[in-house]
Amino acid sequence: MRMLTHNMLSSNIKGVTNGFPLRIEVEKVVEKQVEINHDFLRNIFPKIDWKAFFDASRVMGYAELPEEAPEPSVLESDLEFLRKFHHALLELHLEEGALVCPETGRKFPVNKGIPNMLLHEDEV
Amino acid sequence: MWYLCVFYHRLLDYRKPEVESLADLFGAFEDKQSPDFATRNRVLEWRLPKHHHPDSPFHFVNLPSEDVARNIANRSILVKGIYELWGEGSSFEELKEAVTSYPDERKLPYLESESTFKITVDSFGKVMSLHEQKERIWGLSYIPFKGRVNLKNPDHNFWLMETDDNATNNGLPPVVQRRIFFGREVGGADRKLIPTYQLKSRTYLGPTAMDAEMAFLMANQAQAAPGKLVYDPFVGTGSILVSAAHFGAMTMGADIDIRVVRDGRGPDCNVWSNFKQYGLPMPIALLRADNNLPPWRHGLKEVFDAIICDPPYGVRAGGRKSGGRKLLKGVVGPYTVPDDKRADHIPSTAPYSLLECVHDLLDLAARMLVMGGRLVFFYPVLREDDSVEDHFPEHPCFKLVATSEQILSSRYGRVLLSMVKTSSYTEELALAARIKHLEFKENHTKWLENGNLHSSVFSPADVESGDLKVSKESKPKYRGKYV
Repeated sequence: MRMLTHNMLSSNIKGVTNGFPLRIEVEKVVEKQVEINHDFLRNIFPKIDWKAFFDASRVMGYAELPEEAPEPSVLESDLEFLRKFHHALLELHLEEGALVCPETGRKFPVNKGIPNMLLHEDEV
Repeated sequence: MWYLCVFYHRLLDYRKPEVESLADLFGAFEDKQSPDFATRNRVLEWRLPKHHHPDSPFHFVNLPSEDVARNIANRSILVKGIYELWGEGSSFEELKEAVTSYPDERKLPYLESESTFKITVDSFGKVMSLHEQKERIWGLSYIPFKGRVNLKNPDHNFWLMETDDNATNNGLPPVVQRRIFFGREVGGADRKLIPTYQLKSRTYLGPTAMDAEMAFLMANQAQAAPGKLVYDPFVGTGSILVSAAHFGAMTMGADIDIRVVRDGRGPDCNVWSNFKQYGLPMPIALLRADNNLPPWRHGLKEVFDAIICDPPYGVRAGGRKSGGRKLLKGVVGPYTVPDDKRADHIPSTAPYSLLECVHDLLDLAARMLVMGGRLVFFYPVLREDDSVEDHFPEHPCFKLVATSEQILSSRYGRVLLSMVKTSSYTEELALAARIKHLEFKENHTKWLENGNLHSSVFSPADVESGDLKVSKESKPKYRGKYV
C-alpha cells in the first residue's frame, strides 16, 4: 500500500465520525521504483491532506518532507521536491502491517500490500 | 476537412463513439466550443458514401486537422485507416476523373522523387487475386508517382479500396454499393495490440475477465492517458485496468473478494503479474473494499480522471456487499465477533442487486471524478425491451455521451455507457439523484432485481404459447451488432 492510498482511506465503521487519518502500524516496508510523472504529481498534489501525508511518511521511516505543505508553485520549479514527493507518495509501500481506526482502534490488516477495508457484521 | 474513415467490420455500434471520444481527447472540440463541460458538443460530423447503409465500413468524417486525424487513427482499435481522399467513383473512369481533378498542391508533395511510397489494394465483400491487384495498381499510371516503391517502410501509403454490390445481407438492404476509393493514408489502428493482450496468453484470469479488444475500447471511451488516474471498483483480475495502463494512465482497483486482489493463484499468478507480463507499470493501489460502503475519507473528491468497470450484474457473476442477508433484512441482529477471532474473521456478505450497485457507482463517480472526467461501464439490457434508450440510469452530475450495444445472446446484450461529469457534486444533487434512482427503480426495472435478469437469460423459452415465434418474426434481425 502506497502513501497515496493511505491519504485517501478512512475508517468507515458505522458511527465513526472522524476515521481519518488511519494510524499506520508498520511490520514491513518495501521500496518499489516507479517512473516519475510530473503531470500526475501536479494533478494529485492539491488533493493530498498534507498533515496526514507528512505523518505517514515519518512512520514509514522517511523524514525528508517539509512539515508544512509547500505552495503549489514549488511543483513547477523545484525538481528536488518533486522527487521527494514522488518517492514518499508512490515508492514507499507498506507491505505488511495494519491501519488503525483513530476512534475505535479497529485494525484493518495490510497483507501482501493489500489493505483489507471490509467491515465486520457489527460495523456496518 | 473531410476524411475517409474506414472501419474494421466488427462491433459496429462501437465505431463512431470511439472516434468521437478520441477526437475529444486529442482536442478536436476545443477551439470552436465553449470550455464549459456541460454545453460542449462532443459529436463529429459524419457522412456516408452514396447508397451505403449506416453499417458500411466506409464513412466520411469531418476533422479539424490531419494531426488530430492521425492521433485518432493510431490510437483507435476499430479504425482500419483514416485517409485523405483523392478521388472516388463507381467505375475506374470516374475514379480517374476525380483523382486527376483533385488539386495538384494537395497531391504533388506526396509524389516527390525523394520520397518512397506503397500502394495497397483492398476490397470489402470480395477477394482479389494478386494478379487483379497488380492490374489495378498499373491502372493508376495517370498519377505522376516520382518516388521509389518501398513495401516495408514507405513514407507515404496509398490505398485503392473497392466494394461490389452485395446483393445478399440476411434480407436487409446491402451494406455497401459498388464504389472505388483512392486516398493517402493518414493513420491506422495498431491491431497487434489485440494478439499481444489476448486473454488466452494472460497468466491470471477470472470467469468474467474482460476481452482485450473490449477493454481497449473501454479505455478509449475513458480517455485514459499519461498523468491521469483511473479507478475500477470491481477490479477482479485487472483486465480493464491493464488496457488503461497500456495507454499510460495510473491505475487503482478495488474488489470485495480478497482472494482475487491479494492472493491470486500464487506469487507469479495474480493481478500484479498481469501487469508485469506486459511490462506495464503496476497499479498504484489494489485494495479490498465494498462499493456499497466505500472507505474514502470524508471530503476527498475529484481525484479520479476516469472510472471504468464492468459491474457484476448477476448473469455470469453476482455482486456482493457487506452485511449478511438476514442481517440486512432485520431478521437477526449483528453478530459480534469475539475479540480473539477478529483478526481472521471473514465477514458475511449479502447479494448486491445491480440496481443498488449502479446507484452506488454513480454516486461514487459523481463525488470522486474530476470535472469532465468519464464514467464508463457496462449495463445489461434484455433484448425484448424495445425502448432500451429510456432505461439507462441517470445522474444529475452526468451527461450520457455514448451508448454502444453488444449483443451477447438472443435474450440479452450489454451496453457500454460513457458519461461525462458536467457538474460538481453537492449534497442537493446527491439527494436529487437518490430520488431519481427510486423513481427509476419503481418504473421499469423489475428485472434488475436479484435473480430476475439471471432467470430471464437462462430459463427455457416458453415455446407453447408461441409468443416467442411471433416476436422473432416481427423484429427484423439487426445483424450489425452481432459482428
